[in-house]
Amino acid sequence: MTTNLRKERRASSPAEAGAAGEDAGPTGTGSRATAVLGGVTLAALALWAYLGLVGTPEDEVQGTAVRLLYVHVPVVTVAYLACFITTGASAMWLWKKTQGWDLLASACGEIATLFTAGTLLSGAIWGGAAWGAFWVWDARLTSTAMLFLLLLGYLAIRRIPASADVRARRSAIIGLLLTPNIFIINRSVEWWRSLHQDPTLFQASVSPKIHGIMFFTLFYSLVVGLLVFTWLAIHRFRLAYLQDQIDDRGLADAIEERRAEAGA
Amino acid sequence: MFRDAALIAGKDLRLEWRSRIAINQVAPFALLILILFAFALDPDHGVLLKATPGLFWIAVLFSSLLAIQRAFTIESADGNRDALRLSGLDPAGIFLGKFAAITVQLLALEALLLAGVALLYSARLDGFPLLLLTCVVATAGIAAAGTLYGVLAAGLRVRETLLPLLLLPVLAPVLLGSTRAFEAAIGGNPSEGWPWLGLLAIFALVYIGSGAAAFGPLLEES
Repeated sequence: MTTNLRKERRASSPAEAGAAGEDAGPTGTGSRATAVLGGVTLAALALWAYLGLVGTPEDEVQGTAVRLLYVHVPVVTVAYLACFITTGASAMWLWKKTQGWDLLASACGEIATLFTAGTLLSGAIWGGAAWGAFWVWDARLTSTAMLFLLLLGYLAIRRIPASADVRARRSAIIGLLLTPNIFIINRSVEWWRSLHQDPTLFQASVSPKIHGIMFFTLFYSLVVGLLVFTWLAIHRFRLAYLQDQIDDRGLADAIEERRAEAGA
Repeated sequence: MFRDAALIAGKDLRLEWRSRIAINQVAPFALLILILFAFALDPDHGVLLKATPGLFWIAVLFSSLLAIQRAFTIESADGNRDALRLSGLDPAGIFLGKFAAITVQLLALEALLLAGVALLYSARLDGFPLLLLTCVVATAGIAAAGTLYGVLAAGLRVRETLLPLLLLPVLAPVLLGSTRAFEAAIGGNPSEGWPWLGLLAIFALVYIGSGAAAFGPLLEES
């Protein structure tokens, strides 16, 4: 419906439609390709839920709590991936100064915030079950909490009303510093204290001990995480693009209306 | 660039000296924090003494927020921001000047706070080379990051609430490093403190570099 409305409006002022040069962009948040992607993602999520809850055995030490592995690990991975993309897109914006990079940073920044919150939540639940405490002052927990706060600051900067260019520049500088900041924080907290288990997944000596189906489910959950991330990122990117279009259109239309009034 | 920096730093410090805001408001605020800690924690059983390094640096961090806000409030009145842009001074020079002025003010404040913790918490301040170096390097880091995020928040209507949210998480490693280095210096085993000093130095260099690079574009907006 919005699409029709926009087309009508564009028809009423062809000169501006040409000036805005918006024909290249999407006019909705979905497309045939993303609908297929969404369907695949939903099916993958269903299989993931089955494998995680039913298809895998309980852990000898942790019992059923080990199933949180299949939630926690992909959520963490997506959170960090989204952070890196935010920083990369911010750097690209500072270099190329094109709207797309700003919108990509924005979309990934929001997803990173969401998944970092998810990391803290799933980690707290797992910690409550496995360590008997929802929160411990461990290096990785502490730096994830700091990452969450940094991301909230990034989103706060984005939400301040400003022209698209000013907003992009401000948030690109904050976004660019995001990954270095989290790296410095992580190093310093790591020095400070550490009781988290060492990475187990990529140590050759340990991986044979993980049950085959558990190992498969863990990797499969990473794939599911990536699918969800891709779907969310595409839609959030398009939504941000349309929002910017509405802002531009809104001003152009208001000027048009005033001109019509003045002319009448 | 360095001549411009000296100009800006001189101007800011003269302004502070004449307006006495730092002396009349920021310094008493810092001392107030020290006294409030004593109210919150039991002053008689050595809790304060044990926590002195952390309390000292928290007082510095909170006071630095005021000093940074102040450094950019003086630029926001009467279109000073535009005047700065028109002045033809090198943006990196302006950054370094602001950074230097804030550093000098914070160092003066820390001297006062050190006297404060020695007096009020009866802290014994040993290990002077490490103690002093930590003060200088950590303050450089705080001032550099503060100047960068300060100019970003300056001129926004939400600056008072935005600056702490942006800056304090970024300064978390500085608080960690300076507190550990202080503990090592006061506790009499400075060898444990030197790696932390290295971390503080890296932090300061990163932020001096990125601040000098990013200051121009950030000053242009608004």
